[in-house]
Amino acid sequence: MNNFQLNKEGRLHHFITIEGLSKEILTEILDTAESFLGISEQPVKKVPLLRGKTIVNLFFENSTRTRTTFELAASRLSADVLSINIETSATSKGESLLDTIRNLEAMHVDMFVVRHAISGAGHFIAQNTAPHISVINAGDGQHAHPTQAMLDMFTIRQYKHDFKPLKVAIIGDILHSRVARSQIQALKTLGVKEIRVVAPKTLLPSHVEQLGVKVFNTMEEGLDNLDVIIMVRLQKERMTSALLPSEREYFKCFGLTEERLKLAKPDAIVMHPGPINRGVEIASSIADGPQSVILQQVSNGIAVRMAIMTLTLQNKGDSV
Amino acid sequence: MSKIHIANGRIIDPENNIDQTGSLYIADGKILSAIEAPADFTADITIDATEHIVCPGFIDLSVRLRDPGLTYKGTLQSETTAAASAGVTSLCLPPDTRPIIDSQAAIELIYDKAEKANYRHVYPIAALTPQLRGIELSSMAALKQAGCIAVSNATVPLANLLVLRRAMEYASSHDLLVMHHPVEPALENKGCAHEGFFSTHYGLPGIPEASESIAVAQCLELAKLTDCKLHFSQISCKSAVIKIQQAQKYGLDISADVAIHQLHLTENDIEPFNSSYHVLPPFRTAKDRQMLRKGLANGTIKVICSDHQPHDLDAKLGAFPETEPGISSLETLLPLMLSLVNDKAINLTQGIACLTQNPAEILGLPLGALSPGLDADICIFNPDLSWTVNPQNWNSAGQNTPFWGTTFKGRVTHTLQSGKIIYTLKLNTS
Repeated sequence: MNNFQLNKEGRLHHFITIEGLSKEILTEILDTAESFLGISEQPVKKVPLLRGKTIVNLFFENSTRTRTTFELAASRLSADVLSINIETSATSKGESLLDTIRNLEAMHVDMFVVRHAISGAGHFIAQNTAPHISVINAGDGQHAHPTQAMLDMFTIRQYKHDFKPLKVAIIGDILHSRVARSQIQALKTLGVKEIRVVAPKTLLPSHVEQLGVKVFNTMEEGLDNLDVIIMVRLQKERMTSALLPSEREYFKCFGLTEERLKLAKPDAIVMHPGPINRGVEIASSIADGPQSVILQQVSNGIAVRMAIMTLTLQNKGDSV
Repeated sequence: MSKIHIANGRIIDPENNIDQTGSLYIADGKILSAIEAPADFTADITIDATEHIVCPGFIDLSVRLRDPGLTYKGTLQSETTAAASAGVTSLCLPPDTRPIIDSQAAIELIYDKAEKANYRHVYPIAALTPQLRGIELSSMAALKQAGCIAVSNATVPLANLLVLRRAMEYASSHDLLVMHHPVEPALENKGCAHEGFFSTHYGLPGIPEASESIAVAQCLELAKLTDCKLHFSQISCKSAVIKIQQAQKYGLDISADVAIHQLHLTENDIEPFNSSYHVLPPFRTAKDRQMLRKGLANGTIKVICSDHQPHDLDAKLGAFPETEPGISSLETLLPLMLSLVNDKAINLTQGIACLTQNPAEILGLPLGALSPGLDADICIFNPDLSWTVNPQNWNSAGQNTPFWGTTFKGRVTHTLQSGKIIYTLKLNTS
């Protein structure tokens, strides 16, 4: 169904969603990222793999972390990088999404990295861009954030080595989370034993169990015997739209505290895609504690994005 | 006016319980007789309808012509041509044109344009509230006098239930039919897909079934209160059908229609992010579709309409939630109805009644039958003729349909309006 992401040889051309990608392709991304890990620790943090390629970061929605790691990933691969914050640019003058893309195409770029507030924007751009250009989805609406999901998978593999026996829970605002949707698809493809979602009903989308997850409405049940705890960020505006009464009550019921963490396995890791709200979804002592791998996720983000950029641009058939 | 003899066709007229092979005779724009040959009849034109079905022309309760005002999407000329090619001889135009149909001048403008396009039976539906703002009442008496067929607020919600109550009471005082889209806007909440597995999987804002069923329940209570003749436009879900059925049993004067595509497609058929499938109300589940079909078979839903909404290319070019909803659906109306018959959801006579006799009855129009003396609005179609939805076979200015490229069985070959042949299929010899 999502074969538009693959080229004729069945290799990665776009990276819009985890859906439709095989375990082999996901594993290839993780293995490639592994080989890039050392580069960031070298005195000269560059390899010439994408020399001469032009990568454009198109951010229709604000982001610091994701944009920065994409920029660093591209420059460590020796590509030329251009970051455009569209919120303050052409589209606010009435230019359509398609016209923005067409104009940049005319400048002979090789890749778009796109973040957009509307679900499906990544599909739309990939299907309407020149065939030689690769599109990477850096988050579209509430649909998908596949590079974040892959860096999370990379981090899990680093600590747990084998996906098969793992019990993983995603906790928090699943309803609005593109990260959760991509994580669930990646965890399913990589074959973990159990995926749980834990949230009040107001933050769970309808029919969520049909995504292949077990649903829990309390932390006490949801955290039992876990290997991996993934916390999802809670946006402040959820309080004003009658989804939650207050941050305090949310922390009281769904915040990750020392006491609750004890319900999981003693070697469970705690993850968060950031930025974290201390004292809202997670206690500071855990965010900074020994089981937290949150900063490791950020470092891994660069290697994983280098891997995805290299794989999509290398699969063009021309020499890279 | 010429005398027309339609020979050897299978004549189906649900109103008069006719289903037999024979002839239809037309003179002076009126039906002279079906089956039995009138004395001293010499035809000027004879149409050989062997192996064709001859039935009353179709009456469509919801066709956006996009004219006046939105002519970059379609014109009265292009869309009435599409209607004629689809066997549609009468159509109701919802009030959300530009200008909005809330004045006598707007109604006159539409009649004028229809006359210039040589399409006689365009029936404007007037706005229930001025500018469709949903706050005050429109001048319904004047609008009725100018020739509106019914009143409706199109898809624009009313300010509150009090306005709806008053509008229903006032319309009822002037014996005007109220056509209403049942939607609770707070629950619709800017959604673009049915709230269910599909919307959850693709992260699209969902519209729960309750947004429609709650609105239906509210309107039914108001219909009871106001004694208004109420028609629900384009219902989409199971619980709405059940509620309407119960109200009809209770004795309320309630009718409903369903858009033809809702009887075929469900959320599972939507290609991810393909904006051709963006429609309101959204495609729901297989259970909803089953209940809509059942409601059609048992007479709860009396009418199938096209809910034709042609769009320009730009309207559908974007990320799914940002595109405009609607399908250009006139020209697939007949083959999709025939496919319901093929699926044994309804029989052919029921299918034709849903497009002819029943909408005529709801509108109170002397149309939709082959009774002697009525306007000779006729559709002749070949139920076995295959054709493919492509630019060569398409008349509407809007090519926005999820059926683009699909091959269908069943095609209109001739359409007559008031005894005048307004469409003849030209077959490619290639």
